[in-house]
Amino acid sequence: MLRLHEKRVLSFVPSLYLVCLFLVPTLIMIFIAFREPGDYGGVAPLITHMDNSFQVNLTLDSFKFASTSSFIWQLFLRSMVFSIITTVFCLILGYPLAMMIAKSGKKYRDILLLMVIIPFWSSFLVRVYAWMIILGPDSWVIYLINKIIGVFGYSSVNLLYSSFAVVICLIYINLPFMILPLYANLQKHDDILIEASRDLGATRLQSFLKITLPLSLPGILAGSALVFIPSIGMFVVPELVGNNCSLMIGNLIKQQFLQTENWPLGSVTSIIMTLAVLGISLIVGVFASRLKGLKYANK
Amino acid sequence: MTILEIKNVTKHFGGNLVVDNISIDIKKGEFFTLLGPSGCGKTTLLRMIAGLVAPDSGQILLDGVDITNLPPERRPLHTIFQSYALFPHMTVADNIAFPLKMAKWSKNKIEAQVNELLEDVQLSQFKDCYPHEISGGQKQRVAIARSLVDRPKLLLLDEPLSALDARLREHMHMELVKLQEETGVTFVYVTHDQHEALALSNRIAVLNHGTIEQLDKPDIIYSKPKTHFVADFLGKCNLLKAEVLATTNDAVKLRVADSIEFSIKDPASSSYQLGQIGWYSLRPEKLKLSSENNFNVTHLSVIKSKVNGYYYYGNGTLYELDLGNDTKLQVMAPNHTSDEVKFFVDNSEIYVAFDPEAGNFLDTGSC
Repeated sequence: MLRLHEKRVLSFVPSLYLVCLFLVPTLIMIFIAFREPGDYGGVAPLITHMDNSFQVNLTLDSFKFASTSSFIWQLFLRSMVFSIITTVFCLILGYPLAMMIAKSGKKYRDILLLMVIIPFWSSFLVRVYAWMIILGPDSWVIYLINKIIGVFGYSSVNLLYSSFAVVICLIYINLPFMILPLYANLQKHDDILIEASRDLGATRLQSFLKITLPLSLPGILAGSALVFIPSIGMFVVPELVGNNCSLMIGNLIKQQFLQTENWPLGSVTSIIMTLAVLGISLIVGVFASRLKGLKYANK
Repeated sequence: MTILEIKNVTKHFGGNLVVDNISIDIKKGEFFTLLGPSGCGKTTLLRMIAGLVAPDSGQILLDGVDITNLPPERRPLHTIFQSYALFPHMTVADNIAFPLKMAKWSKNKIEAQVNELLEDVQLSQFKDCYPHEISGGQKQRVAIARSLVDRPKLLLLDEPLSALDARLREHMHMELVKLQEETGVTFVYVTHDQHEALALSNRIAVLNHGTIEQLDKPDIIYSKPKTHFVADFLGKCNLLKAEVLATTNDAVKLRVADSIEFSIKDPASSSYQLGQIGWYSLRPEKLKLSSENNFNVTHLSVIKSKVNGYYYYGNGTLYELDLGNDTKLQVMAPNHTSDEVKFFVDNSEIYVAFDPEAGNFLDTGSC
């Protein structure tokens, strides 16, 4: 056991890191949200001296604009929908995989886990570019798809630069973040519980629904949070494989800071996104804590 | 009346023969125990009855119905696992209600039945607790209640008491026997603990290397072991080298430890050959000790010997005697007088007497 002062010493560096590189920037961002945009980008001076009077330039204009702009809400809604679809598909694909890895022998388990982690060895951008090739007009995948739908009399489709491509890439990028927490949870399950449930009259499916699924809810929630939260702020994927109709809120934020140079509006959008994610986490947290016995699931 | 028939059941794991062509008939309402050391196949046999492991060959019949190929959920029997296997995310009441929910009982009937079982195992006030909030003994009782709630035809118990401490275990012995008598459910009990097996069972099958060494009532298994393994596995036993000197229809004359000669009744005596070497088994508590040769009963066999050492057990003292020729003899002398300090000390001369019929001749097994 660590003594109290030892804990303080050990947590000093991480705390300092978080304060300097997370808390302070967040506060700066919140502050900027109330400033006025500068004429040539950035923000206007906080205090202007005019006609012998000082004027403090703080305004709620950016908030007003953001809350009434249908364009921003549309992007926001789209980000939500994309992220929910991504989370659901990651769960559908990841659960059986995590289960398979957790139930396989020690020897294969390590190899399978390695295969889940290997994509992290190459750059995120490289992997998205790889999807651009796979979904691109010259790939055999698209050739095959168009051949097949051609038989049924449909005209050729172009999958790259579409919402479909964005969601495919989001799922691909995020899948390991779903598999790993699910695996960590499922691998702790004692098979004897399933044997007991079968012995007491439950079929395979009932055993899964009544025992395995509720016991794995902490893993499902952790995985979903790890997939949903990064997805909603993603801007590289829509930029590379999407089109104008698949832009997400992250693209807007990036645009406000780097192209339009309207920092206050970018900050406001960021704040809205952060609050939305916090709100959703809170709702899920409350919902989860009400699930009977969930907190005891891993004891 | 037979409720469970195990017919020529065999099981391999990898290349290992775990259960070797075992056949057992278990009677209705019986407390039947499978006893053996770890790795003898007793748990595998139990899991095959439960349907959690499929036999390679053979048949299992429950109430005359072949259940060999039924999945576990369709067998009218339940198992109590060593670790209890309570569902951690369900309360005590929900755990007990589980089999009834699976059998689609109505809500009212489930509640009534669960409450009755909770009262039977005295856990009513813990019904809303989760398994990690109750003690080991209480978990055990929840597991029992959960397995008996829908009145199965058969209850399989896989070393259910091994996780409890000694005092609680003894208490649970009595509760289990009481419960079995009250419910009339047939119990098939797996254990490696000979005391447990002897105390609880109507009949015991002693298993070793996947085969049955002996199947009989506890008193016969204990006092008339059929094989060297059974004699050695169940409690302390003197196994003395014995040579067959003569046989008649129902008796055999033996020379034990190269020195003592006597005849004992043995229905299998006609199958022995003259000069055959085997073992004479005799439990330590069947022998009497005295410092003088003053045993006044004529049919006792008396040997003069020397005390090699002793162990004080409280209720008795175990003496190790030297018969010469590297032959040791263990004698359990009950401490039934208050004069407990007067032990036979090491190297003292001593007389040992025993009724030859208290032991028996084993013609199989090696040492």
